[in-house]
Amino acid sequence: MDFTLSEEQEMLKTMARDFLTDKCPKTLVKAMEEDEKGYSPEIWAEMADLGWMGLVFPEEYGGSEMSFLDLSVLLEETGRACLPGPFFSTVVLGGLPILEAGSDEQKQEYLPRIANGEAIFTLALTEDNAGYDAASMRVKATADGDGYTISGKKLFVPDANIADYMLVAARTDEKAEDGITLFIVDAKSTGISHTVLKTIASDKLCEVVFDKVKVPKENILGEPNQGWELVKNIIEKATAAKCCTIVGAMELVLDMTVEYAKERKQYDRPIGSFQVIQHYCANMAIDVDGSRFSTYQAAWMLSEGKPCHKEVAIAKAWINEAFERFIALSHQIHGAIGVTIDHDLQYYTKRAKAATLTLGGSDYHREIVAREMGL
Amino acid sequence: MDFEFTEEQEKFRQEVRDFLEQEIKDGAWQPSCDAWIQGYSPEFTKKLSEKGWLGLTWPEEYGGQGRSHTDRLILTEELLRYGAPAACHWFADRQIGSGILRYGNDEQKKDLLPKIIAGEAYVGLGLSEPEAGSDLASLRTRATEDGDEYVIDGQKMWTSCGMFMNYIYVVARTDPEAPKHRGISEFIFPTDQPGVNIIPTIDITGSTAWAEVFFDGLRISKSCMIGEKNRGFYQVVNQLDYERAGLERLMGNYPLFDAIVKFVKETKWNGDYLSKDTLIRQKLAQLQVEFDIGRLLTYQVVMVMEEGRAPNIEASKAKAYSTAFEQHLASVAMDILGLYGQLVAESRYAPILGMAPHSYLGSKGYSLQAGSSEVLKNVIAARGLGLPAS
Repeated sequence: MDFTLSEEQEMLKTMARDFLTDKCPKTLVKAMEEDEKGYSPEIWAEMADLGWMGLVFPEEYGGSEMSFLDLSVLLEETGRACLPGPFFSTVVLGGLPILEAGSDEQKQEYLPRIANGEAIFTLALTEDNAGYDAASMRVKATADGDGYTISGKKLFVPDANIADYMLVAARTDEKAEDGITLFIVDAKSTGISHTVLKTIASDKLCEVVFDKVKVPKENILGEPNQGWELVKNIIEKATAAKCCTIVGAMELVLDMTVEYAKERKQYDRPIGSFQVIQHYCANMAIDVDGSRFSTYQAAWMLSEGKPCHKEVAIAKAWINEAFERFIALSHQIHGAIGVTIDHDLQYYTKRAKAATLTLGGSDYHREIVAREMGL
Repeated sequence: MDFEFTEEQEKFRQEVRDFLEQEIKDGAWQPSCDAWIQGYSPEFTKKLSEKGWLGLTWPEEYGGQGRSHTDRLILTEELLRYGAPAACHWFADRQIGSGILRYGNDEQKKDLLPKIIAGEAYVGLGLSEPEAGSDLASLRTRATEDGDEYVIDGQKMWTSCGMFMNYIYVVARTDPEAPKHRGISEFIFPTDQPGVNIIPTIDITGSTAWAEVFFDGLRISKSCMIGEKNRGFYQVVNQLDYERAGLERLMGNYPLFDAIVKFVKETKWNGDYLSKDTLIRQKLAQLQVEFDIGRLLTYQVVMVMEEGRAPNIEASKAKAYSTAFEQHLASVAMDILGLYGQLVAESRYAPILGMAPHSYLGSKGYSLQAGSSEVLKNVIAARGLGLPAS
């Protein structure tokens, strides 16, 4: 038992925090909300130079052969900084699946370009009913000569507006519920169009329409009709990864809230000297610890290749609701200033809320836990 | 990072489980909630002693095993999981021993520690008083110096282990003139002597696990004082960290958790198993989520202890969280059982041994004893987060 980071991980964390403090102030976050692309290509290039995108890839693909746990540390810092842009999409939703399921040719083709910042990836998974189950996948891929033709609509696809490639989960077998194939699709292919959805966090979730998009069969990731297993694996890792970003946000918000409680004076004393505010802060601190430990438990188990359906589900089921309690208290302590658009708190409220909605709400994850309990 | 126990630790866990399962099979006891604080069994305590499982972490020179806090965590986790009757030794093993090790003199260590390890000294906790609950420093029990002796007068309340203790740990005022935190000293002495009067407290469940203890001109030797005169309050604060540090705060009613999960899997109402009901699945899964979080918070406490630090803030977090979990568990179990939830153990139709109502009522006290949740949150805020004094 050891919940602490290694020396190398602490170094990675410090480097990431220094970099993001310098390069990703809230002025950038704000600018990127209004920006059409939603990310800064200059910072993206610097992140590539730092080796962030290829962190978990083998050296032969331009990576640094670090672990999923190391990546988790980095993701936590991106959450802390509200880093805008396609890091999560590219690395977690695109890079990891190719690393794990791609053929040698596919890995050779895509991973080095992800690592050096050339290729932006995303995953087109959810559709109209916003479900994360195989039955919800209605976008169809029909065998067509040497390849497939994909038609249909995906919703809530992150960063599709700037993606060079998308992994697309499409139905290739109508008879089996999980008759899904995963394709690597060139986002510039004829027949693909996207619309950026207006969201609370202005974070470039997109509608993506596939109108008879041709994909060569070499672009199948894994095996035809066997894609759902891969998708489940992606969802599991992405869920833990998403929790890491929320943990980062929570830690920053706790610091910010406690600082404010020490400084803000009413009735001639800091509001942090009132016991009710102290107890709010204590509740927040407990929720941060619970979120942090359960998230890292899941991330560690994934990193070690241990089965952890239950632990991942526990982490997300917990953090979704812990965050709700947590952010409500933070707003209460911040008072009215915290609900203005000029205050930093609103960035976290919006982004972390979006993150709790992504990859399964608490009911969804509790059902997984129930199954794991043998209920 | 490592979220698993070592192979050796898992082996120890298995050894403990094998032993406890055999004991249950032999009919030594029936798993029950709160058995760590209510389960009186000198035989069981003696058996643990023979296993070398009392004073597990204490130095070998006093008869301990010099093992890690993690090993003790594993041992207590299994004792709680199986609802084992461990109350005779629990308090001595948990906090009195470490207090003696830290503040006692060599003679006291050589006298008391081996007795605890042998499973013969059952030490009750004489902390709270009628006018001193959360505000322990307001205690009024007096220890007046008289030659080679102290004369103890006063009243203790909520003395854990009170009905079967043969020793008591007492904090008493030794300097009534000094500021209230600076006039308190710690004592340990046998209870089987004139001047000690023990009256059971019947709690909301009907249990008599706690007692009121009256001291009336009790004369004890000066050698019963632990540590420095008038420094007792500062010594006990450290001991309280250990009192709050364990898994009993999370797992006191674990047998109920096991039982209610089993109950919904095996019980059909209206033609279908309760476990198929979406709401019941959600509620029990939520308990599992909360339980796991509590387990991690408590493991963190033990890792702090392994570093040699007193687990002050961490134990406050874990205990404040975990007692709320216990209450939630009991409340969910009652809701699932519906009308049956009110049937106590002796009732003909009582499901799962009446554990739910017992725990539902009993768990209300756990967010009060050993630091109320409010006091613990004060600790988290002031010491953990550095918020200004209120």
